[in-house]
Amino acid sequence: MQQLKWVRNAAGREVPLEIDGRHYRPYAGAFVSSPEAGKRRVGPQLGTILHPGESCLVSSLKEAIERTNLRDGMTVSFHHHFRDGDRVLNMVMQEIADMGFRDLTVAPSSLFPVHEPLIDHIKNGVVTCIEGGSVRGGVGRAISRGLMERPIIIRSHGGRVRAIESGDLHIDATFIGAPCADVIGNCNGVKGPSACGPLAYAQADAIYSEKTVAVTDHLEDTPVIPISISQEYVGTVVQVDKIGDPSKIASDTLRITRDPIRLRIAKDAVRVIEASDSFHDGMTFQTGAGGISLAVTKFLGERMAERGIVASFGMGGTTQYLVTLLEKGIIRKILTIQAFDQYAITSLLKDVNHIEVSAGFYANPHNRGTAVNLLDVVVLGATEIDVNFNVNVNTHSDGVLQYPTGGHADTAAGAKLTVITAPLIRDRIPVVVDDVVVVSTPGETVDVVVTDYGIAVNPLRQDLIERLKVARVPIKTIEELRDLAYHITGKPQPPQFTDKIVALLEYRDGTLIDVLREVKPG
Amino acid sequence: MERLRRSRIYLPGNSPRMIQKGPLLGADAMILDLEDSVSREEKDAARILVGMAIRHVDFRDTEVMVRINPLHLGGDEDLKAILPAGPDAIVIPKCERSEDVVKVEQIMTQSELPKPVGILAMIESAKGILHAYEIASASSLVEAITFGGEDFTRDIGATRTKEGKEIFWGRSMLVIAAKAAGVQALDTVFSDLNDEEGLRRDTQTIKEMGFDGRAAVHPAQIEIIHEVFAPTAIEIQHAVNVVHAAELARKQGKGVAVVKGKMIDVPIIKRAEKIVRMAAKLGMTVPAPEE
Repeated sequence: MQQLKWVRNAAGREVPLEIDGRHYRPYAGAFVSSPEAGKRRVGPQLGTILHPGESCLVSSLKEAIERTNLRDGMTVSFHHHFRDGDRVLNMVMQEIADMGFRDLTVAPSSLFPVHEPLIDHIKNGVVTCIEGGSVRGGVGRAISRGLMERPIIIRSHGGRVRAIESGDLHIDATFIGAPCADVIGNCNGVKGPSACGPLAYAQADAIYSEKTVAVTDHLEDTPVIPISISQEYVGTVVQVDKIGDPSKIASDTLRITRDPIRLRIAKDAVRVIEASDSFHDGMTFQTGAGGISLAVTKFLGERMAERGIVASFGMGGTTQYLVTLLEKGIIRKILTIQAFDQYAITSLLKDVNHIEVSAGFYANPHNRGTAVNLLDVVVLGATEIDVNFNVNVNTHSDGVLQYPTGGHADTAAGAKLTVITAPLIRDRIPVVVDDVVVVSTPGETVDVVVTDYGIAVNPLRQDLIERLKVARVPIKTIEELRDLAYHITGKPQPPQFTDKIVALLEYRDGTLIDVLREVKPG
Repeated sequence: MERLRRSRIYLPGNSPRMIQKGPLLGADAMILDLEDSVSREEKDAARILVGMAIRHVDFRDTEVMVRINPLHLGGDEDLKAILPAGPDAIVIPKCERSEDVVKVEQIMTQSELPKPVGILAMIESAKGILHAYEIASASSLVEAITFGGEDFTRDIGATRTKEGKEIFWGRSMLVIAAKAAGVQALDTVFSDLNDEEGLRRDTQTIKEMGFDGRAAVHPAQIEIIHEVFAPTAIEIQHAVNVVHAAELARKQGKGVAVVKGKMIDVPIIKRAEKIVRMAAKLGMTVPAPEE
């Protein structure tokens, strides 16, 4: 392996300045690095034109791929709104493999267990790089065990859009799974058998990719309404049998946890929020769809109703619980990036105060305006938290890549109050530790950690510590939480890695915040 | 002062994960169970696990009880393993007569105990109910007798209903026996864990009957049970008035105290003192006495 020049970044991690042909600036602080001087937004070449009377509907996926002028070594992208019910990525990649292409970069906004067929495409040389969003499931595990020669790149939702707009991630062809489309390329995600809600993650791909293909299983008369992805950007539409498995795209009902300990964590998180200066009329918040998050949404709504407080908007990760707050008038508006259940999809279609926003609108740090910066409160999870409040969401303590960063780093940076909820111990593994395996979200953007064994506040937030004391919310130091965890479980051995770097963790501003290495076999 | 035992939660003695998380559930007491929730082939392992857990887990202020097996079914082995670890109390299942308690007491007095251990006697049969007073007063170590409604219903051939008519007399009898013996009366579980309102109503009923607490079948029930057993603001104010009037009467050398025109005697004062103590312990506001 080539000799790399390493530096210690502002999160205290050793990172290379140059790797795999890329030049990096080290992470310097959450809001320190601006776009390079003179840098412009990129854009696709002109040339794909529809004349009067023409449509861009083609009859087969193969024909659609041919129209993208795909060549070996190019980059193709996908969105993850269908989650584990996605059929588009596997279908397109199989066709691409069958057509004989090699050495491609795949740039999905996220990967799920359903995408494990990618492993074979990697082994066969069809795919040599993964870049873009995040990875979860079997592909992540295989990468951690050294599947790929080149490191993959993990970016947050906002960071991915930043990379696309700035040209760091150049997409040659994007294949957008479209639950509802027309023959000149207008699409939405709220209608059709594979309805997923918004098409937020695909917006930047549609606009900035050299060629944009809508893959649909449900055509409607032109124009489809609403229009999420516009005909201005789509050059090809292809109809296939099925783009997704509806049962895995959205849940019928997400249930709040019945686990009393997780409910307690949720209640304590709400106590912290209520005691903070972020709890006020007109507040804004984002919670999410995990078991604890759903409970936080419900309990927070109850406390707001009791205290007569109305939020100006809630952002999601939208679920029935959030929509219910809108219907009760506890929040005035919802901004949705992804919809987790059928109820949220239906609301998005019907309620004028519930709109879909793109991943760029949501979280791109180099926007002129970014929605996460408007957040008063965000409640997030963690697989590991260290004594510097750095959060790992990508691996467990075993160091194996398993989960995406998603909007974690984006919302943590933007929100005035970032609350991490997690059990202190998972099975027999401590969650609050001396040092996280990788830094997904830097500690300077994290304010409070709420566990089943106690609450710790980042010392950077003395104001919050004072407020919690006044509100008689008991707090511990993060070191006390770590000691409690180690007292119960013992201090675990760190995972063993080889020297090979398997993943680069880009911070949302494009700097390098951490690297992940191959786990030692055995 | 007698311990607050509004809620008790059963945790299987062979589940390290649940025992570990037990103190976080917020119950007044956790019962590490070696009896019904542990299969026969797991009994040995559970015994060792519970002994080690009591020694090493920080249970904070949760009372740690261990339900042993009946003595002839391994209960003696349970005691041998558990007593040296230092539980707060031993729960004896299926008590039908005073000997069931006396035998355990004998083993306890012959063992080296790192700290005092109380006894809770479970009464779950017709015979047990008829001998409830005898069981409750069998040993000075008995701190409470507890009612096992499900087994009792089966034993008398009745049908278990939500209204609980079939256990009303058994419950009453148990409260009377407990109070006559000067120990706590603790009630059975409410089995339908999806019926929060039913749990609230039933718990209100047993509180009014004189029970000091009940068992929870699921941790989600603990909070509701606590809400019902917590004294209301009106009850606390009245209790404060009573305690104040009694204090005043004592200072003035009067034999009789009066609150709002009503004479108060020793049982009323004792009850009032207990309510004030409970309110203070629960961090509730204890107001000044009304003039």
